[in-house]
Amino acid sequence: MSEILIKNGFIVDPINNINCEKKDIMIKGGKIVEKVNETKAQIIDASGKLVMAGGVDIHSHIAGAEVNMGRMIRPEDHYKDPVKKTTITRAGTGYSIPSTFVTGYRYSEMGYTSVFNGSIAALKAKHLHEELNDIPLLDKGTYVLMGDWWFVLENLAKGDLNECARLVAWLMQSTKGYGIKVVNPGGLESWGFGRNVHSLDDQVPNFCITPREIIRGLIKVNKLLNLPHTIHLHTNNLGIPGNYQTSLETMQAVEDLSTDAKPVLHITHIQFASFKGENWSKFKSGAEEIAKYMNAHTHMTLDMGQVTFSDTTTMTADGPFEFSLYELGGHNKWVNSDVETESSGGIIPFHYKKNSPVNALQWSIGLEIALLIKDPWKIFMTTDHPNGGPFYDYPKVLAWLYSKKAREATLKKCHKSARKKSLLPSIDRELTLYELAIMTRAGTAKALGLTNKGHLGVGADADVAIFDINPETLDITKKFRTARKAFSKAVYTLKDGIIVVKDGQVVNSQVPGRTIWVDPQTKDPCRIDEDMKRKFRDYWTIEFENYPVTDNYIKVSDRLVRKASV
Amino acid sequence: MITLTPLRAFNVPIQAPCITPDEFANKSVAEVTKLPVTEGNRHVTLGDLFKIEQNASESSSITINGECSKVKRVGQGMTSGEIIINGNIGMHTGEKMAGGKIVVNGNTGGWTGSEMKKGIIEIHGDAGDYTASPYRGNDLGMKGGLITVEGNVGTDVGCYLQGGIIKVKGNAGRFLGFHMSEGAIYVEKDCDVRAGALMTAGKIVIGGKLEILPSFTIDSIKAKVKVDAETTVQGPFYVFLGDLSEKGKGKIFASKTNNPEFKFYEKYL
Repeated sequence: MSEILIKNGFIVDPINNINCEKKDIMIKGGKIVEKVNETKAQIIDASGKLVMAGGVDIHSHIAGAEVNMGRMIRPEDHYKDPVKKTTITRAGTGYSIPSTFVTGYRYSEMGYTSVFNGSIAALKAKHLHEELNDIPLLDKGTYVLMGDWWFVLENLAKGDLNECARLVAWLMQSTKGYGIKVVNPGGLESWGFGRNVHSLDDQVPNFCITPREIIRGLIKVNKLLNLPHTIHLHTNNLGIPGNYQTSLETMQAVEDLSTDAKPVLHITHIQFASFKGENWSKFKSGAEEIAKYMNAHTHMTLDMGQVTFSDTTTMTADGPFEFSLYELGGHNKWVNSDVETESSGGIIPFHYKKNSPVNALQWSIGLEIALLIKDPWKIFMTTDHPNGGPFYDYPKVLAWLYSKKAREATLKKCHKSARKKSLLPSIDRELTLYELAIMTRAGTAKALGLTNKGHLGVGADADVAIFDINPETLDITKKFRTARKAFSKAVYTLKDGIIVVKDGQVVNSQVPGRTIWVDPQTKDPCRIDEDMKRKFRDYWTIEFENYPVTDNYIKVSDRLVRKASV
Repeated sequence: MITLTPLRAFNVPIQAPCITPDEFANKSVAEVTKLPVTEGNRHVTLGDLFKIEQNASESSSITINGECSKVKRVGQGMTSGEIIINGNIGMHTGEKMAGGKIVVNGNTGGWTGSEMKKGIIEIHGDAGDYTASPYRGNDLGMKGGLITVEGNVGTDVGCYLQGGIIKVKGNAGRFLGFHMSEGAIYVEKDCDVRAGALMTAGKIVIGGKLEILPSFTIDSIKAKVKVDAETTVQGPFYVFLGDLSEKGKGKIFASKTNNPEFKFYEKYL
């Protein structure tokens, strides 16, 4: 494999405490190394440019059954944004739910090299992996929905944590997943009976268990299995006014589980879980309370779930939430489904508008939280693609974070009631490039437990993004549009030491990217007996034998072995 | 004024969004000849397909003479001027138009006047399916303007209508005014089933026979109904309210004389 030398760039690498220093980066064999042969190596002149590690997206719905269903119900989304084939890239469609290839190309053009899929029900894992195989230029992983999986509920209700951990390990191996995803714990199971849970202590029908017990139980299981990521939680009461209290209660409920100030919980798209007020007309921002709590505690990480004002498609495993959105949003076409014994799902097209008081305030809440939390290692930048907006809007979100001027420009166009309620005018903070690097790559890689991503130290994967931003001459807070443009089209993106994007265009689409999955090694295997197989026959539509995703489903497999303590 | 005449019979679909007065404005015949169009999967120029002549008159109008039912997207997005088509024309004619006038002395294909905002389309023959309806999946229908049809129209006419007027002298197909939320549709003759399904507001006037969905309820009997400033239709009409499955307040005016079987509704008045 060829050697590459990136010369004279301004390096921003928060994991190695490098802040805009002029340094060279050496690449050999797909890794960052200490030395290359300067005469032989291909030289990339990065003088006057910004060099960062490739972006790591912690939560984005890029593949799976619901993503595909979203594609099916929205032909109008595709013909707005057709993508022509070139000699290098394939044809496809873009906008809120891009086709698999376009997903890979467009992420790569923004300097992203790793993306983690928001959720998948175990039953649909085969479909997911077939789609992931078709997303080029990115390393991918997925979280597996386990919060309402019957075997988990049964064992947690019994209090048998060890057996639950063994089952979760088996499920991780069978689905080739990366982490435990919990969506509206208890609520999805209740939704099968047309009900929902409304607080952490509501009973889940037929299981004698509460959301609080599910969350705490799975955190303990996560620790027993020694998984790289914490559990990934979509809170109860998501998208309902007044839910910031549920979020705070959830955070408080797991405080005692953290040891050595290590995070034990990741709450995803926190914007949707920070609503204050009794109803939509009294809708207010709960950002202050959430940020205050986060500033005083270390056991959690968050991601934003920023709204970006676009015609997008909401999709989540939270079926009851999508139902309320359908009732609220004027009876648009929609999908709602019950994924047998595992989860639910819903999809609704949604247009976030600046002149809607609620949507405009949602936009404000996401930014308020990100700016009010002082430590960028605790909150990461996402739009919960495509729920808050498609991922191509990331440069816009970055601009709102690093420039007060950019925020003011957008706020001026927002509905006046949102302008009045927004806390943004009182926030002067403008994030530095160093902090942005934490929120988009270093912090996410750390939260995911990926030791060789998110930084440019020796031994790291040679995933590099180079942007046309000169930190010495360009004041990004004033010239936010110039920097936004630079972030949307990387000058170079390198994936595993191969140049895949040059001047914002994909130049090599033949790098497939790996599927990263965790293989927790338990001392004993879980109990797979006749009773379990009988349950599969009785309650699932597929037989136990056909359930697991076999190795041949994955094109490029990157297995991460973890030793469990059970 | 520019006149286009097909040089030969067209066998495969032709995408010609460039045929609009806006595009032709301030262009010489030589420049118009070079405008790009696609014929099937091949890129050709307008001059390859049409004989292009310029008349002395200065008016910004375009005349197309001949059979053009394979030619799509004529007048797409036009904002002013006039297109006169002496013959049949293909799909998406006048799509997203924002002004001007299109006169068709023949039949049109599907999606004529789809997503139009302003302007007039006069069709002196039949209009195809999805006339004045958005393309599949989209819920942003015609917003304004006027479409008149001398002949019949196909199915799914005026879907997601958000404004504007559609007047049809002949019959209409199924799902007339599906999901409409404003505007008015007037059909002088009969209408196939499921008119006004899922409508939330707006007006559908049917002079001939029709079927009423069970999700509509009788409201009153009116002697006449006003469609727009020029047209007032003499009844009497049964007025139905719906679609109740969408808590709709749309109105369907059904001719009393041509629908005697609706008499049983009168007892609910």
